[in-house]
Amino acid sequence: MRDVYIIGVGSTRYGELWDMSLRELASEAGLKALMDAGIKAEEIDALYGANTSAGQFIDQEHIAALISDYSGISELGIPAVRIEAGAASGGAALNQAYLAVKSGQYDTVVVGGVEKMTDVPSEVANEIIGGSLDAEWETFFGVTEASIAAMIAKRHEYDERVKREHYAVFPVISHKHASMNPSSHFKNVIKLEDVINASPVAEPLTVYDTAPLSDGASAIVITADKKKIKESENPIKVKASTMANDFLSLHDRKKIDSFKAVNKSVKESLKQSGLNLSNIDGYEIHDSYSIGSLIQMEEIFGKEAIKMVENDEYYFNSSHPLNVSGGLKAHGNPLGAVGLYQAIEATIQLRGKAGERQIKGSKNMLIHNMGGLGTTSVTTILGVE
Amino acid sequence: MSEVPRFWRESKHRYRLVGTRCENCGNLYFPPRDICPTCRRESINKMKEEELSGEGEVYSYTVVHDGLEQFKMQVPYIIAIIKTKEGPLITGQIVDCNPENVKIGSQVKSTLRKVRTEGKSGIIQYGYKFILK
Amino acid sequence: MSSIVSYGSYVPRYRIRAEEIARVWGEDPENIKGGLMIYSKSVPGPDEDVLTISAEAGKNAINRTDVSKKTIGAIFVGSESHPYAVKPTASILVEALGLPNDIHSADYEFACKAGTAAIQNVMGLVDSGMIENGMAIGADTSQGAPGDALEYSASAGGTAFIIGRKGIAEINKTYSFTTDTPDFWRREGEKYPSHGGRFTGEPAYFKHVLTGAKRMMEMQGTKPEDYDYAVFHQPNGKFPTRAAKMLGFKDEQVKDGLLTPYIGNTYSSSMIIGLSAILDKAEPGDRILAVAFGSGAGSDAFDITVNDSIKSYKRDRAPGVMEQINRPIWIDYANYVKYRGKIIMRGE
Repeated sequence: MRDVYIIGVGSTRYGELWDMSLRELASEAGLKALMDAGIKAEEIDALYGANTSAGQFIDQEHIAALISDYSGISELGIPAVRIEAGAASGGAALNQAYLAVKSGQYDTVVVGGVEKMTDVPSEVANEIIGGSLDAEWETFFGVTEASIAAMIAKRHEYDERVKREHYAVFPVISHKHASMNPSSHFKNVIKLEDVINASPVAEPLTVYDTAPLSDGASAIVITADKKKIKESENPIKVKASTMANDFLSLHDRKKIDSFKAVNKSVKESLKQSGLNLSNIDGYEIHDSYSIGSLIQMEEIFGKEAIKMVENDEYYFNSSHPLNVSGGLKAHGNPLGAVGLYQAIEATIQLRGKAGERQIKGSKNMLIHNMGGLGTTSVTTILGVE
Repeated sequence: MSEVPRFWRESKHRYRLVGTRCENCGNLYFPPRDICPTCRRESINKMKEEELSGEGEVYSYTVVHDGLEQFKMQVPYIIAIIKTKEGPLITGQIVDCNPENVKIGSQVKSTLRKVRTEGKSGIIQYGYKFILK
Repeated sequence: MSSIVSYGSYVPRYRIRAEEIARVWGEDPENIKGGLMIYSKSVPGPDEDVLTISAEAGKNAINRTDVSKKTIGAIFVGSESHPYAVKPTASILVEALGLPNDIHSADYEFACKAGTAAIQNVMGLVDSGMIENGMAIGADTSQGAPGDALEYSASAGGTAFIIGRKGIAEINKTYSFTTDTPDFWRREGEKYPSHGGRFTGEPAYFKHVLTGAKRMMEMQGTKPEDYDYAVFHQPNGKFPTRAAKMLGFKDEQVKDGLLTPYIGNTYSSSMIIGLSAILDKAEPGDRILAVAFGSGAGSDAFDITVNDSIKSYKRDRAPGVMEQINRPIWIDYANYVKYRGKIIMRGE
């Protein structure tokens, strides 16, 4: 089967972007990606659009058709479809596009993700985000996604003797990295005490344990066209792309403080790429909640994950650079777009263009995008050839 | 949003904790399922309704400060996963208590309460919540 | 002749003290406590209403007996604060309690005697052989207007009875007395009730309660000494105490059924929660005179004799009335008005 490469990336900044509508965000990111790839609209075989909840945030469905229209490519009749998998929509769209190109049916595909979250008040956003849980048996009763993460945290502390500081540190790391990334929603540096003492959201989690509501769009161009790959300055290879799922609700899982699906998709990606963890130079994981970050790392590294916390190994200039983009927590969390921004950050790092936050000598990056808390897991490994 | 049929369909399950038991493997499920995740096609037409007692203990919990609009009057409110006596885990609120009195392992029982109302003129949606024993 | 097969009550846990309400309205708490004989009242939580209270009381009654739910052929719920103006509480209870769908059901209204009216009608269905057992519930979450005397007493609670041919106590006789007496009313659409002040005393409460009691004792050929317990409608602590004295009952006969001083007036549950508390400690052979009063106005009287079956009755399968009275969660006036929906929210 053919090799698939990322030849172009483009993103809006992430934040509360009051004067940008969803279609404006998507067009900006899409056009930037095409320019970066050096391709024209006529060379696109398909558009995969990722979006989690535009129907509830802005009463808009049929998102891929909208994006394609406002990006100016509808005239060409290019097939466009929306991919949704909770907050893993971006990664899932990348996965589906990758499979389409790998199969030979398409040569060059644009994958974009967009979310417009700040047009509604935050209590309404909580209800909309609750749509990624079980609407009838969780959200109906007052459950918020943060409360699911909080219950995981409490049980993890109870069963595994994990301490609050072991997971409260992940937002600190994301903010430190975001301060070096100009497109971030938040650029302030924070301390561990700030995380622990901030306003409570769902105890023990505070506002600093939870990623913000952000607007933003990110897009990439992938291709298997040999000519385009050759002409590309820095083509980045998609070495693996895998997905795995678990029960929708926490209450149906055998163990509520582990993410079985993450373990599965990461193992399969490593197998698919022929790499092992020692070959991975940096990680972008789904830090929607601090406790989620810890558990994702535990699924990848086992008990070592906590030792890495204690030894500060997750900083960009340490042994296991994590969320050097600033992550969802600080770079921003427009749900449908984040999975694609993870791929963009990995691409920028692998191209050596990450400026002051550059992971030196990076050859392979592992990105992990998640829907819910461990419900949908998408792992992608990108690398230089 | 008037969602009368959607609520009505689940009312038996939400009022009396009626779940389903797979007659093939014996596993009990709440919320109810039409297909057993263990037996899959072997369980078709073999899922029988069974009422849970509502007794259980706290498996995990949290106190929600940033909650949903419908529950504004109860903020901060307690959300918990309850391990029922019969086995299944159920997610719901714990009410009528001080959050300090809730611990993992606390004994609870279910009670019927108002969960949501559709404004001033829509229907009242009742369902299970839990109280400390 | 019908019997009480099983019974159960529910009192919400929240409580507010008379002095807390007096503090806000600039009144002298000692006056209130001395004048009305009310020290505190129950407050329903923001997620409680007559349906949830009835379900809990009904569940308690069902749990205490081994009689099958399949034999319950009727359910009637009496209240003046049904959750819906149209959509019967009784129909929701059929599903909430898992009663058979082959069942007679309706909601009842007659101010505070809606619950006892429900009991009488179930008795009729049992005695006529139309049903084997039936359930009657009296429950309320009544409101008092802010700053009005009723704010001290209007509270929340419910009691359920399962009535059948054989039970733990025979209802020897029931009698009702009805007149057109506008002592207390609420017009359609109004949030709070109105009342006739002092007119609610002698021409209303006392006339109907005393008539109900006297007529019952005449028909039964009994005197106050023949009863071990007497329980009356209790809008406050004073009225039933005075009525008892006027009829010739002693304090010991009345004290176990007098709950309003602690939990306020539970309206349609008012007399029957007192009866429930009495049954919680009654012995075989005990005789009870019970008289409910409903404004508008009318009284329902019952002459009850407890039998030997109460010894094997599984009372412990549900919490008794005193157990529930003794687990208060105290709240202040601010939380009281928040829970009772007396704060104007956005969009209202």
